[in-house]
Amino acid sequence: MRAMLSIFRREFAAYTRSVMGWVVAGIAMLAMGVVFQAFSTKSSLASEMISQFFWGASGVVMIISVILSFRVIAEDRQSGAMVLLSTSPVREVSIVVGKFLAALAFLTLILALSAYIPLLIKGQGKVTGAQIFVGYLGLWLLGAACLAIGVFASCLTREMIIAAVVAAILVCGLVLLFQLTRVTDPPLRSILAELDLWWIHFQQGFMRGVFNLKDLIYYVAVTYFFLLLAVKTLEAKRWQ
Amino acid sequence: MIEVSNLTKYYGGRRALGPISFEIDKGETVGFLGLNGAGKTTALRILACDLRPTAGSVKVAGVDALVEPHEVRKRIGFLPENPPLYMEMGVAEYIDFACDLRGVHAGERKQKIGAALALTDLLAVAGQPIGTLSHGFRQRVGVAQAIVHRPSLVILDEPTRGLDPRQIVEMRKLIHELKDKHTVLLSSHVLSEVSQTCDRLLVLGGGQILGTGTEAELAASQEPTLSIRITVGVPDAKRGGGSAGDQILAALASLELIGKSQPMEHDGAWELSVATRKDLRADVSRAIVTAGLDLLRLDAGQVGLENTFLRMVDPTAAPRAKDN
Repeated sequence: MRAMLSIFRREFAAYTRSVMGWVVAGIAMLAMGVVFQAFSTKSSLASEMISQFFWGASGVVMIISVILSFRVIAEDRQSGAMVLLSTSPVREVSIVVGKFLAALAFLTLILALSAYIPLLIKGQGKVTGAQIFVGYLGLWLLGAACLAIGVFASCLTREMIIAAVVAAILVCGLVLLFQLTRVTDPPLRSILAELDLWWIHFQQGFMRGVFNLKDLIYYVAVTYFFLLLAVKTLEAKRWQ
Repeated sequence: MIEVSNLTKYYGGRRALGPISFEIDKGETVGFLGLNGAGKTTALRILACDLRPTAGSVKVAGVDALVEPHEVRKRIGFLPENPPLYMEMGVAEYIDFACDLRGVHAGERKQKIGAALALTDLLAVAGQPIGTLSHGFRQRVGVAQAIVHRPSLVILDEPTRGLDPRQIVEMRKLIHELKDKHTVLLSSHVLSEVSQTCDRLLVLGGGQILGTGTEAELAASQEPTLSIRITVGVPDAKRGGGSAGDQILAALASLELIGKSQPMEHDGAWELSVATRKDLRADVSRAIVTAGLDLLRLDAGQVGLENTFLRMVDPTAAPRAKDN
């Protein structure tokens, strides 16, 4: 546990100390602002404005989650720093979860910094705090799932570019699963729909301020599944 | 302290190491010596639990590394060829991080970090980011992370690689200081490096142990060898009869030589070295003159340990006379 916390602290400090971390945060803020200007301001109802904001912000969150996570293991392997972790009495789960939590904490910081946008909307119209909270919870869970996918991709290879491409393909594949529902029949259609990363669970739920327990469970399950894959991959690669 | 039995490592279908077996006692400083690709790094990485062997067993302080790798990792400090550093971290901060990973208790952490920084002479740069340090200092930080938790076994892979002569002397001194408290394994392809710092040498070549023992024992294990450096002139009258190098080698063909180098031309004269088990200087000079060649110079001397090492890893290599 102490090793995990230490890895978390080191990784989080690496985000906050590096220019790259703040560039990603800055780009995310800028993108969310642009999305808000481009889409949300066209709606007359505050609740629609906020839904539009979360719609755009979800895309930004997926992209920056991949950017924040694809390097976490691959970079250590490439620089040789991974040897410090792999020759220390530290479990793979501590390495993976410590690095994942650090990326999630930095994503949380970025999301917190963007909160001024929905608060502005709330100040101008009729939006409940619950709608904002549910929307942000959805963004956070979506981000956590994408981060887990990125961490898994990062465990697969020491080449950061390959890790980034694999993470992007996995996220895009899961987001576009709902497209397959148009050309498939039940029960496969409903299975694919429920596996989709964005359409059913975010776009029709969290984005509109609707909280469904099944959506929460879905994102937790996806996050757990990819972190488990990451741990198993690291276990297999640690001794090679 | 270390018991290695039939250790073997394959990368795909290529055998990189083994099967090798050896034992290292507590408190010993052992140098793994070998040319590039001899299997030194593979052996050290397996001992550091960074690499799983294909076959064989490794026990460190009685603990089987394959069954309980974490228990072995607690007892080991490892400096790989490239120190595993995070460039944005401060030196002391990084060592503190290494303490966390190795489970050093909070109560003794400050004292252990201070001791490791003092031993590696890093106190003056303790607050500096690692990325701003020179290569020599980074290497020291790598050593500090390997010793901060007071492991019983310290493994250093090419610790002097890339260091300048002054830094090499300092690193050698540091290794001497480690010998008092730890069992130390280090690797190098530079014989003088390990012979000066280690109690015992383990010579690797082609993934096999070619010899083990002290410097003197290794030298004694090889048959006494004399190296003769010959400088030959080829008279104009002989220039038409084939290449000069071939003529010189043909002249020496009847002698009992255990090795010879290819003749090389320098300023109109041809030089080559031959290795013999007994003093054949008279026979060499006679053979050269009888072949109608001019003997310009003949130097002889016992081969040095470096040549002993070279002959162990490559029996076809011609030895050079030891510089006196």
